[in-house]
Amino acid sequence: MPTFSSGATDAPSEGNLFPARIPRRFLNAVGRVLLGLTNTIHGLGAFILISLGVALTKSGLAPRVIRPLIRSQIYRAGVRLLPMVGFLGFALGFVVIGQTVSLLSRVGATKYAGLIMVSSIVRELGPLATTLLVLARVGTATVIELGTSRAMGEVEALEALAIDPIHYLVVPRLAGIAVAVSGLTVYLILVALISGYLFAFVQDVPLRPEDYFGQIAAALSWEDFVLLGIKTISFGIIIAAVTCYHGLAQPLRLEEVSGAATSAVMQSVVACIILDAIFITVYLVM
Amino acid sequence: MEETSVMEMQQVAVASAGPKKIVRAEDVNWSVAAKDFWVVGGLPGAGKSDLLATAAGLIPPERGKHTLFGKEANALTEEELVELRARIGFVFSYGGRLFQHLTVAENVALPICYHQNISPAEAANRVEPIVELAGLSEYGHLRPDWVPRYLHPRVALARAMALAPDLLFLDNPLAGLAPRESRWWLDLLDQLAAGHPLFEKKPMTLVVGTDHLRPWREHGRQFALIQDKHWFALGDRAALSSISNPLARELLTAEGFGN
Repeated sequence: MPTFSSGATDAPSEGNLFPARIPRRFLNAVGRVLLGLTNTIHGLGAFILISLGVALTKSGLAPRVIRPLIRSQIYRAGVRLLPMVGFLGFALGFVVIGQTVSLLSRVGATKYAGLIMVSSIVRELGPLATTLLVLARVGTATVIELGTSRAMGEVEALEALAIDPIHYLVVPRLAGIAVAVSGLTVYLILVALISGYLFAFVQDVPLRPEDYFGQIAAALSWEDFVLLGIKTISFGIIIAAVTCYHGLAQPLRLEEVSGAATSAVMQSVVACIILDAIFITVYLVM
Repeated sequence: MEETSVMEMQQVAVASAGPKKIVRAEDVNWSVAAKDFWVVGGLPGAGKSDLLATAAGLIPPERGKHTLFGKEANALTEEELVELRARIGFVFSYGGRLFQHLTVAENVALPICYHQNISPAEAANRVEPIVELAGLSEYGHLRPDWVPRYLHPRVALARAMALAPDLLFLDNPLAGLAPRESRWWLDLLDQLAAGHPLFEKKPMTLVVGTDHLRPWREHGRQFALIQDKHWFALGDRAALSSISNPLARELLTAEGFGN
């Protein structure tokens, strides 16, 4: 019976392009990664479902306590990011128009400037850039706060007070961050559209404002608004749920909190990109 | 009709909290009646904290039957569990697990505001007397970081009393305290056990876990020991003088913190 030697591979035999045996260590490593990925998806999925379930079933419970927490999260994840998102929107508008208008001018196709802004800013860059900014600003802080709370035993203290930790700690963040991402995305899109035209104006591009905004309006359909709303709320829920999961779901020692924050950010980015790919498919089908 | 048994364990195995379940005590048969004042002693690491947490319904028992106020804890719906937990107060050991982002008054107000759906301002007339009873009036507006560390257990006690519980668990409340502070605790617990005017003079059932039995021998009414994963009922105060268990005698006579 042939045995696998650690790390060894057989050289391709004559007429056979592939090695005869794959090293066990490699298979073990791949298996561990897949198992870890499966466990993570399973844990995250369960946590998201539980959190959404609590949000729905306890929506009328303790509103005098929960609503101020939601407002606090909207302020922290939304209002405080207005200057930064405004700057980002301004820069995006400049970049997109700056890159495209000059090319379009060469081929006499400036009538497509509005369509390009809708396709790039409204459908893709706007939601994704806003989400990444919120994740950077609030996501890591959420993991650290909740991880520290968990490590300090505050979750057990809530349970001892007959307060559902998911209802008190997670639901306000789910609702607040989802609202914040949606609102900030609309704000970023508006700023980007305006700054895009400003660039064109400064560059003496032959594009009248009524033509520019008319193109944008013509390129938009009601589905864009619906999908934008769904997308941004989904992104907000994802980053809130993933960061809360990494802060709360496992007992953390204080020295593990920073590692959990890094994992949360990476997984949030991956999840949002996967969801974005699904929405691209929907746009293509539309 | 007044309940006679507020907590009962029959052949319960107590496991530690966390993913790795380690059995800390086996075959625990323990009945806590209304108005009791139990003191459970044991060496550090013997499992007193896990025992108290299991008795309070925070950790499910590994096996056996556990009832709270006559209802089996494992068979409760979520609503029933919340209702029962609101009748139980728990003071955690070593700092009390305070909410660091809230002030002292907000820590105490949180359970009141959550369960009665009122704002902190509306809860103030209930929070202030409790904060005053705990001797924390001058610290009410401060976060725990700014409160002297030896007062953190008092904040935890005030928070545990916020809903006027029928049953109060205290995990090693005298740990690391100076004698004067320990006397304050013992005096207050005596008042709670006898019935404090703030709680309509209704006697509170107390269960204390402790590393040292000596400070409690003139205050507790029923005593027990947890040793080598076993539960031993030691009896009442009178029985303590004739106790033969070597560890119990050591905990009853040893000098230490909180004496």
